[in-house]
Amino acid sequence: MEVGQMQRRLIEYTKSLFMEGILDDQFLQLQQLQDESNPDFVVEVVSLFFQDAERLLNDITSALDQQSVDFPKVDAHVHQLKGSSASVGAQRVKNGCIAFRNFCEEQNVDGSLRCLQQIKQEYYHVKNKLEALFRLEQQIVAAGGSVPMMELSF
Amino acid sequence: MYGSNVSADGLQHVSTLNFGDPFRKHEMHCRFKQKPPWPWLAITTSIGILVIAYLVGYIFHATVNRIAKVEDDYNKMMELKKKAEAADVAKSQFLATVSHEIRTPMNGVLGMLHMLMDTDLDVTQQDYVRTAQGSGKALVSLINEVLDQAKIESGRLELDAVQFDLRAILDDVLSLFSGKSQEKGVELAVYISDRVPEMLIGDPGRFRQIITNLMGNSMKFTEKGHIFVTVHLVEEVIGSTEVETSSENTLSGFPVTDRCSSWKGFKAFSQEGSTFPLSPPSDSINLIVSVEDTGVGIPPEAQSRVFTPFMQVGPSISRIHGGTGIGLSISKCLVGLMNGEIGFVSIPKTGSTFTFTAVFTNGCSNPNEYKSHKINNQSNSASTEFQGMTALVVDPRPVRAKVSRYHIQRLGISVEVVSDLNQGWSNISSGNGAIDIVLVEQEVWDRDSHLSSLFINNFKKIDRRTPPKLFILANFISTSRTSATTSGDNTPSIIMKPLRSSMLAASLQRAMGVGSKGNARNRELPALRNLLLGRKILIIDDNNVNLKVAAGALKKYGAEVECADSGKKAVSLLKPPHCFDACFMDIQMPEMDGFEATKLIREMEKHGETSVEAYDNVSNWHVPILAMTADVIQATHEECLKCGMDGYVSKPFEAEQLYREVSRFFQSVPNGNL
Repeated sequence: MEVGQMQRRLIEYTKSLFMEGILDDQFLQLQQLQDESNPDFVVEVVSLFFQDAERLLNDITSALDQQSVDFPKVDAHVHQLKGSSASVGAQRVKNGCIAFRNFCEEQNVDGSLRCLQQIKQEYYHVKNKLEALFRLEQQIVAAGGSVPMMELSF
Repeated sequence: MYGSNVSADGLQHVSTLNFGDPFRKHEMHCRFKQKPPWPWLAITTSIGILVIAYLVGYIFHATVNRIAKVEDDYNKMMELKKKAEAADVAKSQFLATVSHEIRTPMNGVLGMLHMLMDTDLDVTQQDYVRTAQGSGKALVSLINEVLDQAKIESGRLELDAVQFDLRAILDDVLSLFSGKSQEKGVELAVYISDRVPEMLIGDPGRFRQIITNLMGNSMKFTEKGHIFVTVHLVEEVIGSTEVETSSENTLSGFPVTDRCSSWKGFKAFSQEGSTFPLSPPSDSINLIVSVEDTGVGIPPEAQSRVFTPFMQVGPSISRIHGGTGIGLSISKCLVGLMNGEIGFVSIPKTGSTFTFTAVFTNGCSNPNEYKSHKINNQSNSASTEFQGMTALVVDPRPVRAKVSRYHIQRLGISVEVVSDLNQGWSNISSGNGAIDIVLVEQEVWDRDSHLSSLFINNFKKIDRRTPPKLFILANFISTSRTSATTSGDNTPSIIMKPLRSSMLAASLQRAMGVGSKGNARNRELPALRNLLLGRKILIIDDNNVNLKVAAGALKKYGAEVECADSGKKAVSLLKPPHCFDACFMDIQMPEMDGFEATKLIREMEKHGETSVEAYDNVSNWHVPILAMTADVIQATHEECLKCGMDGYVSKPFEAEQLYREVSRFFQSVPNGNL
C-alpha cells in the first residue's frame, strides 16, 4: 500500500475516532506539541497513560473487592484516572470517571462496579484504537512518508 | 328749428328774448332735436378704468391672501419638519438604546454558550450548543448592522486611521468564505495588484465590512462558476476601458458582466471630472475593488433599489437567504466616508460585478506617526523560507493563473506559467531554471489521466538530487479520480483552493519539510511565546501523565520546565532563594494538597526575607503560583485566593485562559528572573 493511500487512511481513521467521541480536542493539542525536538511525544504520553490507567484500574478493582469499601480511596484513584484521561483526550474514559465519582459520593457499591466495568471497556477500546493508530503511523514512516497533521476545523 | 321732432328728454332751455317790444314777451325755447349720442368714449374709458381698478384690487387681495396662506403653510411645514426630525432622531436614539440593551444580554448568552462548550458535553449536546451559538452570532450581527445604520443616519460614524495590511484582511475574508465556497462548488479567488503598497492607513474593520458584505451577497446568489475579487490602483485601471472578458477568458470559464460598466458612472472618472485631481497628494492611495460573480444577477426592475436600506429583491429573499437588506446601504455610506463611490453592473442569469473605490494613505513611509496596529503579517516569516525557489504553474486559463502566480509570489517564490502538461514537462526537463515546485490545476490533471501518470513517471527519472514536488490545485474534494492515477513516492499532494499565502506556505512546508515545524506552530500564539520564552516554570502534579502533558505544553512556548510530583517537594523547591519565575500547582494531591503547599510557601516567603541576602535586590519574594484544576468553580477560586495563590487555570491547559492568567504577571519582553 503506498504512502498517499496510507496517509489518507490515517486521516480517515483519526477523524472517525473524533466523530465517535473516543478522542477529543486534547489529543489534537498533544499532536501539536510533537516536533523534531520531541518526535515521540504523543507515543510517550499515551504509553504513560496506559501504564497509569492499568495500575489505577487494578487498584480500584481490588478496593471495590474489599468487604468494606474505602470510598474516599476509590474516589482518589478515579480522580487520578479522570485527570490522566483528560490530559490525553480519551473522552469516553474521562466521562466514565465523572459518572463513577457520583456513585462514589453516594457510596453505591453496585453502581460503582457497573461503572468500573464500563470504564474498563472504554479504556480497552481506546487502547486498541490508539495502538492501531500508532501502527499506521509507524507504517507510514517506514514507507518513507511523513505523518499528516490533522486539520483543526471540523 | 321748428317742428315737433324733438327728443323728449325734457331738457329745455328757455331764454327770455327782449326785442324791445313792451307788449310781447318773447321766449326762446331751446330743446335738443336729437338724442345725444351715447358718450362711448367716456363710457368705455370709465368702464375700462373701473375694470382695471377692480382687477388691481382683486390682484392685491389675492396676493395678500396667498401670502398669508403661504406663510401659514410654511409655519405648518416647519412644525411638521421639526416633528419629523425629532421623530427621526428619536427613532435613531431608540434604536441605539434598545440595540445596546439587547446587545448586552445577548453577549452574555453567547459568553455562556462559549463556556458551556468548554464543559463536558456529549455529541448531541455539542451540536445543540453549536446551533444556538450560530443563531446567537447571527442575531448579534443583525443588531450591529442596525446600530450601524442608526449611527450613520445620525452622522456619528467615524472611521479609524490605523496601519493595516490589505492582503492580510483579504486572506481573512477568504478563509471566512472558503468553507462555504467549497461546499457550494463555487471557485473563490482574490487578486491584489503589485502596485498596491504593503501597508495602508485607514479603517481596516470597516473596509473588511464592505468586502464581507459584497462577498456575502455574491455567495448567497451564486451557485456555479466563480467569485473573483480584485484590488487595483485607480491609476492602473482608469486608462483601460476594455477588459478582456471574452467568455473563455474568465476565471472559471463562465461568462461575466463587463466590469468597466460598473464604474462608468463614477464621478471621479468622468472626463469633466475636475474633482479628481490628476496629481493627487503623493501619500494618498486610491484603490478600486471589484467583486465579480457568476450568479443569478439582479433583475432590472430591482436595480435602482439596490442601495436602499431594507429593500430586498423579492419578499422571498429574506426567507431563503436571510439578511435584512441593510448591508448594501451601510456599505454605500462607508464607501462615501472613505471618499469613494460604489456601483454595479448586473445581467440576470449571467452575474453581477460590484465595484467601489476608496481613498487611503500610504502606510509604508511613516510607520511611527500612526498607531501601528499590525494585524499579524504571516507572509513575512514564510517568505524567508521559500526565498529563491522557482515554481511552475500549469493552467490553461490566464486569469486563474494570474491569481495563482500572485499568491505564490507573495511567498518569495518566482513563478512561471504554462498552459498544459507537455509544455510544463519541456520546461522542467530543459533545466535552464531549476524548478522546485510544480502546481497543476485539477482540471488539467483530470483531463488526461494517461498524460498525468506519464508525468509522474517522468518525475522519477529526473536526474537531480531533489526532484521537484508536485501539487494539484483543487477546488473541491474529489476523492476517486486522483487516487487511481497516482503511485509511488511522488504522489502529488492536494492544495485546496481558495489560495491563501499562509495556507499555501503551510502545505508547501509540510510536503517539503522546509523550515522548523516549531516555528509553524508557534506562529499561532506569538503572544504566549513572548510571555513565556526563557521563563523557569515549576509544575507540581502527582499524576505523571498530567505532568508530562503540562510540561510539553509549556515547553512549546519556550519555557524551561521542571517537574515535581508532590506538595512537599514543591515547598522545598520554592524555598527562597530560588530561580523560578512561576509555579503551576495541582490542587488535589495526596499527603499535602495544593492549598497547604501554597500556604507554607507564602509563610516561608514572608519570614524568610530577613535571612536572605538581597537576591537581585528583591526584598519581597512572591513567586506567582497558579492552581491547575479540573473543576473550575467559584468556590475553588475563592479557596485559591485565600491561601495565597495568584489565579487558576484549567486542566488540561486552554490557550486563551493560560494567556490571560499568565499575562497578569509577566511582561511581554522576557527579562530573566522576577
